[in-house]
Amino acid sequence: MTDTTMIASHPALALFAGALLVVLLPGRPRAAAALAAPAAALYLAFALPEGPLWTTHWLGMEIVPFAVDALSRLFAIVFALMALGGVLFALNQPHRLELPAALVYAGSAIGVTLAGDLVTLFVFWESMAIASTLVLWSARSPAAYRASMRYLMVHLLGGMLLFAGVTGHVLDTGTTAFTVMSIDTLSGKLILAAFLVNAAAWPVSAWLPDAYPEASWSGMVFLSAFTTKTAVYVLLRGYPGTELLIYVGLAMVFYGIIYALLENDMRRILAYSIVNQVGFMVTGVGIGTEMALNGAAAHAFTHILYKALLLMSAGSVLYATGRRKCTDLGGLCHSMPLTAACGIVGALAISAFPLTSGFVSKSMISQAAGDEHLFVVWMLLAAATAGVFLHAGIKFPWFVFFQKDSGLRPPEPPWNMRAAMLFFSALCIGLGIFYEPLYRLLPYAVEYQPYTAWHVVAQLQLLLFSGLAFFVMLGWLKRTLTITLDFDWLYRVFLPGAASLATIVLMLMNSALSRIARSQLELLSEAGRGLLGPRGIFARTWPSGTMALGIMAMLCAFLASYYFA
Amino acid sequence: MLWRIFIAVLALSVLAQLFVESHPHFAPERLFAWNALYGFLACAALIVIAKGLGFFIKRDDRYYDDR
Repeated sequence: MTDTTMIASHPALALFAGALLVVLLPGRPRAAAALAAPAAALYLAFALPEGPLWTTHWLGMEIVPFAVDALSRLFAIVFALMALGGVLFALNQPHRLELPAALVYAGSAIGVTLAGDLVTLFVFWESMAIASTLVLWSARSPAAYRASMRYLMVHLLGGMLLFAGVTGHVLDTGTTAFTVMSIDTLSGKLILAAFLVNAAAWPVSAWLPDAYPEASWSGMVFLSAFTTKTAVYVLLRGYPGTELLIYVGLAMVFYGIIYALLENDMRRILAYSIVNQVGFMVTGVGIGTEMALNGAAAHAFTHILYKALLLMSAGSVLYATGRRKCTDLGGLCHSMPLTAACGIVGALAISAFPLTSGFVSKSMISQAAGDEHLFVVWMLLAAATAGVFLHAGIKFPWFVFFQKDSGLRPPEPPWNMRAAMLFFSALCIGLGIFYEPLYRLLPYAVEYQPYTAWHVVAQLQLLLFSGLAFFVMLGWLKRTLTITLDFDWLYRVFLPGAASLATIVLMLMNSALSRIARSQLELLSEAGRGLLGPRGIFARTWPSGTMALGIMAMLCAFLASYYFA
Repeated sequence: MLWRIFIAVLALSVLAQLFVESHPHFAPERLFAWNALYGFLACAALIVIAKGLGFFIKRDDRYYDDR
């Protein structure tokens, strides 16, 4: 079936082996193994040949656990790159569970992207859910544990939808191959629903800002990258051009902006902004032209890097101060200039400023909407681009590093965290200037030139005047000690409340019914006591003469019936 | 001081449009400084919507703690 060199060449296996070594080794060898594993995976992701690399049969189904094409290579590369930067950032994480869990998580994400069939995809999908829960656990706070349980419930539900959908799909079509799906069949709808749960599509998006910000200062860096972007990958492969996704994506985009504007916790701001950014990609998948799909794929690539950079910056602040709320922070640029500068690079990239990676990727999606003459979609994407600068591009750095001086003077984080931030900052700017290598990795040939004078000027006007709106309306954006209710309210407050209300009603009904039943039973037992009780009719002592008389009467009746019959 | 620099940059971004050949996708882009206007208004609208929605769904941040 396969030769041994091919078995060794799956990038996920490199990461799984690394995870095992990281569990076993102490000190420096542990750090070396943790860095070597994603580096090896990155090399493999570049070097792999295209086509199905492993095929086998299982339970009469054809299984292709390892297949490569341009789209899966692109995602495997960025996942390996992300794991490398994330591990570097997390090297000084004292909790020993996090690194191996993160490596398994990254490996499973790569496993999903390189899965040629739905069965393999399902297996890695589930192992991603479990590994990410373990990453959450490494924060070791009661709040993180409770959030991880809610997170796991949502993802196991998604896994069940996927299992049902895959089973139905295999029964319907007789093939396990993962190609373009139809949403006209029930199984196609179930698989799409499962994918959208992981993409944090509105309204089930609440699991993401609920769980991720509870992770450790390094854990959220990993969490931000893999689950939602594997969902984008499977949508790109399974449901390109599905019109529904345009509306889902736009809902996510604006949900993310509005909730982020209302939020006070810096990491929850960035969590909402993940939903917002994935919304751009989902919209691109929905538009479905080559330009749009290229744009969605490129945006996933650049987004993983700048979002990780933003969360590294926020993670460094959390590491140094132990605080997450904007109301407690501010003025940190004085003692953490490098962290602030890297945070600003990430903020500019997410806002798609010219010369950053976001500019060369996001504008492809808008361009695709323009090319298809989708006027409303195009207008909404432009408004959303402005809104991204508002909620992530200015709000995050402004409230954390500038605004009022909180008086905090924390030192810069250790060398490995600084190195990771510089590494990703370089990538965010590098990809913004030298975008050709990224464009060459995209699934379709690119004939797009992001840097036209008109495009640069238009984008600068849009973004700078968004900045003006931020500062003019700063009073309206004043941070308050509040959270914003979301869909998770339904399963955190409403359903438990409804369940306890139902319990009370049932208990009342139970006691009322049992009272009625008891009084009826008492009447019955009174009657029974009359017949069968110690003084009842049947319990009396009867004279034997009465008995003889009775039997004689019976015999007479028998005789009479014998004669007449 | 910072405000003055910022306003100068804003003005520059609008004036730069005079020296650039435009490639509009849709009619509104033909308007002068359309992107500046649209960016500002879109953000103002988003802030107002967020503020209005927050009126209904904002809670004290210890809301879930005692549950």
